[in-house]
Amino acid sequence: MHELSVCLAMLNQVSDIAERERAANVTRIVIRVGPLSGVVPELLQQAFTIARAGTIAEQAELLTEEQPIRVQCLRCGSECEARANHLVCCECGDFHTRLISGDELLLASVEFNR
Amino acid sequence: MCDTCGCNVTHGNRHLIEAGGKHAHTEDGGEAVEVLQNLLSENDHQAGHNREHFARHQVLAINLMSSPGSGKTRLLESTIDALQDRYRIGVIEGDLETENDAERIRRKGVQAVQITTGTACHLDAHMIHQALHRIDLDELEILFIENVGNLVCPASFDLGQHLNVTLLSVTEGDDKPAKYPVIFRTADHVLITKSDLLAVLDDFTPAKAEQAVRQLAVEGPVTLISAKTRDGFGPWLEWLGQQLERMTIRQNDTQPAANLR
Repeated sequence: MHELSVCLAMLNQVSDIAERERAANVTRIVIRVGPLSGVVPELLQQAFTIARAGTIAEQAELLTEEQPIRVQCLRCGSECEARANHLVCCECGDFHTRLISGDELLLASVEFNR
Repeated sequence: MCDTCGCNVTHGNRHLIEAGGKHAHTEDGGEAVEVLQNLLSENDHQAGHNREHFARHQVLAINLMSSPGSGKTRLLESTIDALQDRYRIGVIEGDLETENDAERIRRKGVQAVQITTGTACHLDAHMIHQALHRIDLDELEILFIENVGNLVCPASFDLGQHLNVTLLSVTEGDDKPAKYPVIFRTADHVLITKSDLLAVLDDFTPAKAEQAVRQLAVEGPVTLISAKTRDGFGPWLEWLGQQLERMTIRQNDTQPAANLR
């Protein structure tokens, strides 16, 4: 539901970058999204097709690179892949873990023509 | 996450910055620039600014999140009743429409500002900043922000709060944390509300709800509570007191350094 807000914030950032780089148009936007960011890539894509109209990214494609969820155990130190609703250590089962990847919501790169 | 200390660089994106230089040429002859900035950096910047406001006025800001109808406003009413003599409390209310919740809080004799978001499903840092201009922070020690009732969207927007409290009412089902991990994962304290109804609900097991919360690597307390009977209020109020004390100690620690600057 909030993907349109996120998309508008992204397009603001992209416009600033395009202006700074003196770009004529933006051709591709690459973002990195983790499942724990709370943003659904498919909904962001839908929002993008509406929100890009009239911006410098009107012709751009949006590429989403989904990130894996990984945690590190604070007890035994193991590092393992995890699921969104199961972030416990895969080795010792302890729930004292630290998320090392999976909540990203990053603008990775912008491609453009001058 | 921020762009100054590098904490937004994870093993998943590190190669992007280590790939050698920020600019590159694309296969089709265009140009590419690597950014690695949080998509919500504008919101996060504003949230940081809000946090500075709170620090300057020594106010503890707590973001309350839950689905609609799980008892956030009722919890606040009872909390204000219990703490009003001890702490100066203020409330920011977020709803799509109406002043109803702010009016309920004002009837308790505390400052309350209503944000009506129209169609927006969450509060963001800019809305909070506007609301802060309508609140006298000098008069407060604790500011509660009651987010829009929604278990999805509020989780993605930093408001500048110090702590998140997420409510789960016993009428909602004990597997809610497993279904909505993003919002429950960020909780510093999970309150299982409306515990007075447990007597008539045989399908909600508090221990199962707590287990689902722990599966999300949440270390904070999980408290069974009823705003109606005040069951569980002891631990909740005690926790609030501890958090306020902790914040005051932290701020006193940083005072000399801040003066030196």
